[in-house]
Amino acid sequence: MDLNVRAEVKNLKFSYGDKQVLNGVTLPIYENRVTALIGPSGCGKTTMLRCFNRMHDLYAHANYQGEILLHPGAINILGKEIDPMEVRMRIGMVFQKPNPFPKSIYENVAYGLKVRGVKKKSFIEEQVEKSLQQAGLWNEAKDRLHSPATALSGGQQQRLCIARALATEPEILLLDEPTSALDPISTRHIEELVQELRKEVTIVIVTHSLHQAARASDYTAFMYLGDLVEFGASEQVFTTPKDPKTESYITGRFG
Amino acid sequence: MRTKNQLKKLSEFTSAKHPVRRMRRLKERAIESLLFLAAASSVLVTVAIVSILVTESIPFFEKVTLKEFLTDTEWTPLFENAHYGILPLINGTFLSTMIALIVAIPLGTVAAAFLSEYVRPSVREFLKPVLELLAAVPSVIYGYFALLFVTPLLQKMIPTLGGFNVLSAGLVMGVMIIPYVSSLSEDAMQSVPSHLREASFAVGASRMQTAFHVVIPAAFSGISSAYILGVSRAFGETMVVAIAAGMQPNLTLDPTQPAATITAFIVQVSLGDLPHGSIGYRSIYVAGLSLLILTLCFNILGLWLRKKFQEKE
Repeated sequence: MDLNVRAEVKNLKFSYGDKQVLNGVTLPIYENRVTALIGPSGCGKTTMLRCFNRMHDLYAHANYQGEILLHPGAINILGKEIDPMEVRMRIGMVFQKPNPFPKSIYENVAYGLKVRGVKKKSFIEEQVEKSLQQAGLWNEAKDRLHSPATALSGGQQQRLCIARALATEPEILLLDEPTSALDPISTRHIEELVQELRKEVTIVIVTHSLHQAARASDYTAFMYLGDLVEFGASEQVFTTPKDPKTESYITGRFG
Repeated sequence: MRTKNQLKKLSEFTSAKHPVRRMRRLKERAIESLLFLAAASSVLVTVAIVSILVTESIPFFEKVTLKEFLTDTEWTPLFENAHYGILPLINGTFLSTMIALIVAIPLGTVAAAFLSEYVRPSVREFLKPVLELLAAVPSVIYGYFALLFVTPLLQKMIPTLGGFNVLSAGLVMGVMIIPYVSSLSEDAMQSVPSHLREASFAVGASRMQTAFHVVIPAAFSGISSAYILGVSRAFGETMVVAIAAGMQPNLTLDPTQPAATITAFIVQVSLGDLPHGSIGYRSIYVAGLSLLILTLCFNILGLWLRKKFQEKE
């Protein structure tokens, strides 16, 4: 089966002030596949994820080198001439800790459309319903769309955050350890969701859980100290790793 | 390992009768009572002020009915034909406060949003104290500024404007309370967790959208208490209105007219030589009591608002 490359990371270097975090990472992101970034704390996996939507631009002293090319068109989203806001309009993100706005469920999901200037109420309502369904939250939320989002449980809040990211139909969805603050049942729920979602959107997920990477991803990138050590199909990386460092990590000898 | 001797010594220390332990208890008690006195003194002063205001006001209400006080439309306690209606003073106070808030709330909130959401931390550390300097200018200077600079400027635009008017006093008072509004609002916005900001930016929002749709609503309980502080400050402000607004009790909503606020009246009368115990003298206390009650109402309203918004979160 031919796979389309949705994005290409090319020799990506990132430093924060004097601190070099990424030392030149190159890897492809395949369309409608789940790519997992794994590695011990401090290896730069979250930093790399946050390059994809230029999140680092919010803080001073962030410095990118190299390219992330978004296909089709091979647009370098790290380019100085590219407005980070435009990038974030195309690439959605879900964070480690569920972070719904202190607004209603409906307003949370509609927020992305609102900031894009969408006024048509019927369209917004449609998108809200569609995204909540995609995020597996519709049945629980449909009768309380206008009650505060903060009253939801942690797992529901995280699915709401996924719905919020999906409402604007992103080309790539970034998930930054989306289940690390959740209980096992909510975690399984989100993993199943990721399997469903990849039919419609390309997913990059950072995770600390090797089981999660093995279960829920198609490709795995193992990073260590700012370098990409190994990249390949998850099955291969977890069963027959090529690099001894990958092997020690997945067998639990370090990290 | 401890020797037997050391163990004995330790147990002596831990015995409640040991002199060191007794000293410690005494010291603790002395400090506790000292702290209590410090806390009690501020409460006592408040109680004393309120009780003096009330006791001095009672004889006033023996001569003037509460109905006259609250419904009469003239306040001329020092005239031959005296009227004792507090309405003109309350009107002046509210009118000048409203004008001040029209200036201070938008400017203060926008300044706070700018400082909190737009500038780098290093620039903020510099700009915030500079803005707070506005509060360090003595209010008497603001008063002269209103009378001798702002009023002539306004007269060029509104030729019928008199030398004393509420408009100019209110505008300048608004500038004066900007730092009260902006500084506290900025603190409230800063305490909004950054993960909410990131959530907003992550869906493609601009800084302005993030500030107005996420940060300000999330910080609203803190921002509303900043507004209430601004209201209390404007309510109690004396010098600016006494100097620039003309000290003439006037029941009108026209800001180009002169007016007197409760505070301005108190200054005016306190400066005169009224016989002790006369009704004019008592009227100061009554005015003071009214001001206290109004300010108290605002503070309670502020507390209530704050609670309401916190519950919403």
